[in-house]
Amino acid sequence: MDQVDIKILNYLQEGITLSPRPFLDMARELGISEETILARIEALRDRGLIRRLGGVFDSPRMGMKSTLCAMEVPEARIPEVAQQVNAYREVTHNYLRNDVYNMWFTVTASSGEDLERILQEIESYTGIKVISMPVRQRYKIKVAFALNDET
Amino acid sequence: MTRHDIIDRVIKELQGDLPAVYRPYQVVAERTGLSEEEVISVLNGLREKGMLKRIGAVLRHQKVGYDANAMVVWKVAEEDMDRVGNLMAACPLVSHCYWRETPAGWPFNIFTMVHARSHQELQAVIHELSCKSGIGEYRVIESVRELKKTSVQYR
Repeated sequence: MDQVDIKILNYLQEGITLSPRPFLDMARELGISEETILARIEALRDRGLIRRLGGVFDSPRMGMKSTLCAMEVPEARIPEVAQQVNAYREVTHNYLRNDVYNMWFTVTASSGEDLERILQEIESYTGIKVISMPVRQRYKIKVAFALNDET
Repeated sequence: MTRHDIIDRVIKELQGDLPAVYRPYQVVAERTGLSEEEVISVLNGLREKGMLKRIGAVLRHQKVGYDANAMVVWKVAEEDMDRVGNLMAACPLVSHCYWRETPAGWPFNIFTMVHARSHQELQAVIHELSCKSGIGEYRVIESVRELKKTSVQYR
């Protein structure tokens, strides 16, 4: 990653313009040619630094209901339980963590009823209690990483 | 096609990957059977409603140097929630800060995601957040393994 990549990634995290030539707007602001920007973005995507370039939506405002769940899964059952949990497309993130509750996942569904049903199904399939911790107040969601030449 | 269908198509397309080409919204237009102007107008509408935060990049944070990450959960009194929530939110290395409803037996109600470039930096940030907020009861929950990471399917 060189200075040009860093400038590009910092800009892309804030978002491109909604004009017909967003990368031309970006080129003018960064002082890098549009051609270079396009080529670099594809290279950064190929190298896996960019997970996705696209719409970043606000899921509550999109009408979605979500929650963070945790389960205490016995070591030997982790693969099987993970498979059951991950089978839902509504489960977007799932991590094993170093806590008594060792499996943590987020569920985002199109209604509160769907959300409840999924949690109940996971509990009844696995026989393990699912604790649900929905948001009461959002203070911050800003997944932008300040990049500099140390990286 | 109703306005609702048009919006649905654009959302469906934009939750995927946008190509890096001179006129990316023209590509979306071709894929959705709309005009470029219509696509941009829908996007502006979604942004005004707060449904679309931006068209931008989501990075793999480990690959860009932020490979020391933790979920840190804090025990905060209800009347103190906004002060602590806003204080933690102001830290640039905190990406998410939420007050969550928690069940009996789980006293930690402020959830933060902290990202740093080294384990040392991570420890330092957590220590600083604790000192600044005056919250001494917290737990650092690190991820051992990623089992799944995808995007929300809206449509």
